[in-house]
Amino acid sequence: MSKNPFPLSKDDLLIAYRMMKTIREFEERLHVDFGRGEIPGFVHLYAGEEASAVGIMMHLNDQDQIASNHRGHGHCIAKGVDVKEMMAEIYGKVSGSCRGKGGSMHIADLSKGMMGANGILGAGSPLACGAGLAAQKLGHNGIGMSFTGDGASNQGTFLESLNLAAVWNLPVIFVVENNGYAESTSVDWAVAVDSYVDRAAGFGLPGVTVDGTEFFAVYEAAGELIKRAREGGGPSLLECKMIRFFGHFEGDAQTYKAEGENEYNRKHHDCLKIFRAHVTKAGVLSDEELDAIDTQVLALIDAAVEEAISAPLPTADDLTTDVYVSY
Amino acid sequence: MARTLSFKDAVNEAIDQEMTRDPTVIMMGEDIVGGTGSPGEADAWGGVLGVTKGLYAKHGDRLMDTPLSESAYIGAAIGAATCGLRPIAELMFLDFLGVCFDQMYNQAAKFRYMFGGKAETPVTIRAMVGGGFRAAAQHSQMLTPIITHVPGLKVVCPSNAYDAKGLLIQSIRDNDPVIFCEHKNLYAHEVDVPEESYAIPFGEANIAREGTDATIVAYGLMVHRATEAAENLAKDGIDCEVIDLRTLSPIDMDTVYESVESTGRLICVDEANPRCSIASDVTASVTQEIFSSLKAAPQLVTAPHTPVPFSPVLEDLYIPSAEQVADAVRKTMAT
Repeated sequence: MSKNPFPLSKDDLLIAYRMMKTIREFEERLHVDFGRGEIPGFVHLYAGEEASAVGIMMHLNDQDQIASNHRGHGHCIAKGVDVKEMMAEIYGKVSGSCRGKGGSMHIADLSKGMMGANGILGAGSPLACGAGLAAQKLGHNGIGMSFTGDGASNQGTFLESLNLAAVWNLPVIFVVENNGYAESTSVDWAVAVDSYVDRAAGFGLPGVTVDGTEFFAVYEAAGELIKRAREGGGPSLLECKMIRFFGHFEGDAQTYKAEGENEYNRKHHDCLKIFRAHVTKAGVLSDEELDAIDTQVLALIDAAVEEAISAPLPTADDLTTDVYVSY
Repeated sequence: MARTLSFKDAVNEAIDQEMTRDPTVIMMGEDIVGGTGSPGEADAWGGVLGVTKGLYAKHGDRLMDTPLSESAYIGAAIGAATCGLRPIAELMFLDFLGVCFDQMYNQAAKFRYMFGGKAETPVTIRAMVGGGFRAAAQHSQMLTPIITHVPGLKVVCPSNAYDAKGLLIQSIRDNDPVIFCEHKNLYAHEVDVPEESYAIPFGEANIAREGTDATIVAYGLMVHRATEAAENLAKDGIDCEVIDLRTLSPIDMDTVYESVESTGRLICVDEANPRCSIASDVTASVTQEIFSSLKAAPQLVTAPHTPVPFSPVLEDLYIPSAEQVADAVRKTMAT
C-alpha cells in the first residue's frame, strides 16, 4: 500500500465509504419497494448526492445539530441515525425512529444532532440558526447546519436566516445542495443569480461552491467553513453541485430531464464510483475491502427491510400520545 | 408581599424573575432592547410599549434585538428551545402571525408528535392581542382561535396582572411551546400582585364572580366586560357567574360544566370573530356534554365577521360591550 495522500485516515475513508454506500443502498431499495407498493405515502430519494452529506458530516459530532429537508434520508444516515429504525419508520412501524408518527419526511434524532427532516422547504434554516444560537449562548463548541436544495434557497426563511446568522455572528453553515432541479423546475430559470456564492455575498457571508460529486472537495471545503464557525468566525454558505439520480419523489416520470440524462450521470458522475476510483488508484484502499463493505451494507439493508416488515404496527393508543409533554 | 402592579409591569417582573432563576432563559424580539447599533441610547425602548424596559440593564446580552424577520427569529427561538435553551420570543403583535406561522404550527407544535415523543420545545412566544388602540385591521385582532386550533401549542390569555405574572412564569417553565397573549388594552390595568415568584398551572379557569342565574364565559379583556355586565344585571336581580378561562389550550371545561349545571344558562363572550371561535368551541362542548342541564339556548357575544375597523366609532361597535353581554344574558333569562 502506498502513502495515504488523503486528508482522512484509512479507517475514516472506510467509514465514509460505508456511510455513502449505506445511503445508496437504502435509497435503491426504497425505490424498488416503493414501486411494489409496499411503502405508504411518498419518499424523496437522496441517491447520487451521498458525497455531500458524508463529506460534511465526517466533520461533525453529536453536539452539532443539522436541520434537514424533505430529501433527508442521506443526512440522517450520515448523522448517525439508526438505519433499521429509519426503515421501520418509513414502513410506519412502532419500532421506527419516530414510532411511526413521522415517516420519511420527519425522521429526527436530536441526541444524534439530527433536528429533523422537514416537509416545509426552507423551514430548517431558522431552526439551524437556533441551534447555532444555543451553542453560542451555552458556550459549547457546537455548530448548526441548514440543508436546503437549490429550490428552497429561494424561500424567505432561508434568506432571512442568512441575514440573522450574519447579524448575530452565529456558528451556522448553510449548505445548498444544488441538484439542478427544484422539483421539476430548473435552477437556471428559478434562481436569478449565477452562483450561490454571489447570493451569500449579498448577505455579507463568505460562500464556496464545490463539485458535490467529489467527496474530497466537499470534505475539504466543509472542513474549513466548519473550523471557521467553531472558532467564532461566523456563518457561511457551502454550495454543493450534485446529481439527483431519481425524480423529485418516487413516481415522478422525470420527463423534464433530458433524454438519457440519468443513465449518463450514473455512468460518469456517480460519487461512489468517483470515490472508489480515487482511493483504489492511490492504493490506499483495495477493491476487495470496498466490495466487502458493499456486501455488509446490502445485508444490513436486507435485514432492515425484513425487520421493518415484521415489526408491530402502532395501536390506537399511540394516536393521541406525545402531542404535549404535559397537558 | 403584595402591592399594586400593572399588567405590563407584571409581565416585566415575571421575565426578570425567570431570567434571574434560570440562566438558560433568553429573550429575543424586535426592539425588545431597542436602539441596538443606533447612535443614541443602547437600551432605548425596552419593547415597543416599554414592557421589557430595564431588563437589558440587568441581564445584558441574554436579551437580543432582532432584525425585522419574524420567520427567522421565531424559528431560531424554536430551534434553540430544542437545543437546551428556554427562549422567550416576542412577536410584537399576534397580527404578524401570518409572517411566521409555519415555524409555530408546522415546526414547534409538531416536533414532539412527529418525532415520536423524542423532542421538547420549551419556547414561549409573547404577543400583543386585541383591539381598542385605534390601531386598525392589522394590529388589533384577537387571533386566539387560530392558534388554539393547533394541537401541540398551548395558548394563554390572562385578564389581569396577577394572572399574567403567574401564567407567564408557568409558560417559561413549561416544556411545551406556549403562545402567551397579552391584551394591549390591559397593560395599564392594576391589581395586587405578590413580589415573590409564583406559577399558576395551565387548564385552571378562575371564577371571577360567583353567581347562580347564568354562566358567562370569557377571557382577556372580555372578562372585564362580562363582569361589568354582571354588576349591572345584579341591580335587576340577575346573579351571573363569570368564568375567566385564563388558558385556552388546555381549556378547563370542567369548571364551565360545573357552573352551567348549576345555572342552566350559558353566555360565551369572545373578542374574536364569530366563526370557529373560542365562544363557539365552548358552546359546542357544553351542548354536547351537558345538554340536559341547559334551560335556554346558549348565547354567543363576539366581534362581527369583519376585519377590525379604524374609526373609533366603528371600533367601539366592533368590540363586544357590557351592554351586549347583558342583553345576551337577559335573552337566556327570558326562556
